[in-house]
Amino acid sequence: MTSPETELKALMLASQAGDAAAHRALLERLSRHLRAYYKRKLASFGKGATEAEDLVQEALLAIHIQRHSYDPAEPLTPWVHAIARYKLIDFLRRSRTSRADVPIDEADDIMAHDDHVAAENSYDIRRLIGRLPKNMQYAIGAVKLEGLSIAEAAQKYQLSEPTIKVSIHRGLKALADMIAKEVKA
Amino acid sequence: MRTDELVAALSRHVEPVDHSAIRRTVGLALVTAVVFALGLMAVWFGLRADVMTARAVVFLGAKAAFAMAIIGIASIYLLRLARPGGEHKTASIWAVLPFGAVILLAIISLGSAPSSHWDRMMLGDEWLECLLSIPIIAIVPFAILVWAVRKAAPTHLVRTGAFTGLVAGGISALAYALHCTSDSLPFVAVWYGGTIVLCTVAGAALGPRLLRW
Repeated sequence: MTSPETELKALMLASQAGDAAAHRALLERLSRHLRAYYKRKLASFGKGATEAEDLVQEALLAIHIQRHSYDPAEPLTPWVHAIARYKLIDFLRRSRTSRADVPIDEADDIMAHDDHVAAENSYDIRRLIGRLPKNMQYAIGAVKLEGLSIAEAAQKYQLSEPTIKVSIHRGLKALADMIAKEVKA
Repeated sequence: MRTDELVAALSRHVEPVDHSAIRRTVGLALVTAVVFALGLMAVWFGLRADVMTARAVVFLGAKAAFAMAIIGIASIYLLRLARPGGEHKTASIWAVLPFGAVILLAIISLGSAPSSHWDRMMLGDEWLECLLSIPIIAIVPFAILVWAVRKAAPTHLVRTGAFTGLVAGGISALAYALHCTSDSLPFVAVWYGGTIVLCTVAGAALGPRLLRW
């Protein structure tokens, strides 16, 4: 019998090994789980699909950036749930809703999924990327948006390959910080 | 950007992750923090003058064992707490063990001494210096550990902050022990134990602010 845990964990292990297709499948599946989770949690705060989608994107970015912190010896569900809940609490604190209001939930709460089409969210990551320092903008634009390889991006902007890699990494982190400032609801 | 576009963008060129990165970063931070604390102690406070005597070696050993037990146990918990969801598999109860042991030894030691000596055994000559030094020496080690732990994305910031403070307090006590000449177990229990607990409480209070990622 295959549970979501088994399948998602297999995808995560492949993603950690550098398999882009597995990473994509993982993020696609997790986005459905995250959407269901945030819609349900936010409903009790009178917030709707737009805010839920904001959080889905924030959590996906966090999962991508922090995926080195997943220990393969552990189950994946609690790891995903911890990040999802952390981002929820952070969001509610930013929007000045008391933390005491966040109901206790279980790791399995993240295992429901939502097959609705994604709603629009309130910020545009593309626009935020435009506010990053130049090297980060170039690196993320070339590799993540245009789909160039690291080597092609390095050649295009006359930068070294390690600079491109570091710029992507730091740029995504800076982007996550910007989103956190942007989304105050 | 729609969510599916974000997923597509993040999935272009996926780098393999380094599984030992967190352990290495936190380990490096621990070593750096210990070296810093020992260096600060050597330069600012100076080693205790009688460090070569047998008596000094015994008491220094006891204090160092207390501090190292705290550092050892608390860093294992810290390494778990540092990762997302780490709080769920960490009961952290063993962290009180060194404190319990030193309190027990202190009570035994008080019990075997006449009560007229108790004041002296508890206060020593240096209680104020100890009270101030351990938290002060702990500041930079705490900052170094915060830097490392944040990289692992902790999700329970109060508890992670508390353990960061506990480890920093233990490191500071280890360094301060090389200077301090108040050699009684009740003194160690009250002033070392107390100031390390103080560092832990400060860490818990600062965690949500400093460890956010």
